[in-house]
Amino acid sequence: MKRREFFDWLIGISGTVLGGFVLYPVARYLVPPPTPEAATRRVIAAKKDELQPGSFKTFPFGGQPGILIRTADGEYRAFTAVCTHLGCTVQYRGENKTIWCACHNGTYNLEGANVSGPPPRPLERFDVHVAGDLIMVEKAKGA
Amino acid sequence: MIAALGRWLTDRLGLDTFRELAEHKRVPVHRHSFWYYWGGMTLFLFGVQVVTGILLLLYYRASADEAYESVRFIMAQVSFGWLIRSIHSWSANLMIGAAMIHMFSAFLLKSYRAPREMTWLSGMALLGLVFAFGFSGYLLPWNQLAFFATKVGTDIAGALPVVGHFILVFLRGGENITGGTLTRFFGFHVAVLPAIVTVILGLHLYLVQRHGMSVPPSVEEAQAKPGAPPPRMMKFVPNFALRDAVGWLAALGVLALLAALFPWELGRKADPYAPAPAGIRPEWYFAWMFQTLRMLPSKILGLEGELVGILGITVAGLGWAAVPFLDDPKGRGQRARLWTWIGVVAIVYIIVFTWLTYRDVKP
Repeated sequence: MKRREFFDWLIGISGTVLGGFVLYPVARYLVPPPTPEAATRRVIAAKKDELQPGSFKTFPFGGQPGILIRTADGEYRAFTAVCTHLGCTVQYRGENKTIWCACHNGTYNLEGANVSGPPPRPLERFDVHVAGDLIMVEKAKGA
Repeated sequence: MIAALGRWLTDRLGLDTFRELAEHKRVPVHRHSFWYYWGGMTLFLFGVQVVTGILLLLYYRASADEAYESVRFIMAQVSFGWLIRSIHSWSANLMIGAAMIHMFSAFLLKSYRAPREMTWLSGMALLGLVFAFGFSGYLLPWNQLAFFATKVGTDIAGALPVVGHFILVFLRGGENITGGTLTRFFGFHVAVLPAIVTVILGLHLYLVQRHGMSVPPSVEEAQAKPGAPPPRMMKFVPNFALRDAVGWLAALGVLALLAALFPWELGRKADPYAPAPAGIRPEWYFAWMFQTLRMLPSKILGLEGELVGILGITVAGLGWAAVPFLDDPKGRGQRARLWTWIGVVAIVYIIVFTWLTYRDVKP
């Protein structure tokens, strides 16, 4: 190898290494640090007389929306409100007793199963407990 | 005095070079020349975006607590704030429309043929950047529609295999849409994207100067026939530039009219825990993708429907960008009608699926 070729090679390698040293912290800086997943397992979703039969409300559950539904016969059901298709927040439609995502017209039944439209998976179901005046929603055991 | 100053500047800045360039630049005149105006129109509307965007920056505050209120302040309290914001929003839509017309006309007139492959590729990159401007700017008012548009849009990116989750976290600044996402999008919208556009737009304009305007194959063939009259040309300055200016003036009039008659709505403030409102739909330029994803079943050949749709759209987009290398790869200069038909089908698909969105989803 001639001296000129050696120095060309050396400068090329040095430049690449230097570029790497400059770009590495920038690239790492651009990626946000991981935020620990909220350890929430149980929240107060509503007060006992807050929901009329056939109505619903959404509530925060570990940084994500959850949905609490009071069916026409007065039973409470709770699910994650994050649509399994593309992440929109679902709502309850009392007239046809379905959980509906307005974004892409996906529907789930009152068991949380995806029944029509593009959602590929069912909604995660939560346990509901009535404790005195409060409706508590809790992640299902094993979830 | 002014003449002396002009000579002084000419000597020091080399303005003669630009003057000569302007004097010698010619534009072909033929039955498809109308389509040459759409690149300039896109550039004009981009200029409107830059000016109105800078004006909005004077009052806008990029935080989840203040963004919505600051836009409401601009609309309701600042003198002509409603006008500036409405023009910014309308001009964004018209700019995307002009860019799409420019792209489709370049496609159908086969302006991407050698030696203009890089002009096409830089144009496609600019179109992608224009969409990125639209997508990032849409979140900035921090309203309910913007929140879900960003949620769906970033989830689409997140559904891509291997790199999807990384892109989602990078775009959102975390797992969820938060004030951090708003800050990121603001940074993309006012700093990162303009910097990239400046470089690629410079390249695109340089390439247009270097290679001149493309003449469609049908016109070239007609001109090559024995006894055909010599090709007609028009001086860029002043003839074409003045025609450009008339179009820009008309666009300014349309913008003023749209902003005055249909001021851009602000909607309701984003609530991360509220359900997506009924009738939610994206802006018209994303509607065909929205409708495609909406109509796909949950499973296709054992794969999730959304994944198939997103991969299909991605492959189609990459194929579209690679058309200079797919159409006439042997370089025989033959006119491949297949690609013209593909272009027509793409336009019809986009129009029909956009119409379906507006038919099926009403706010």
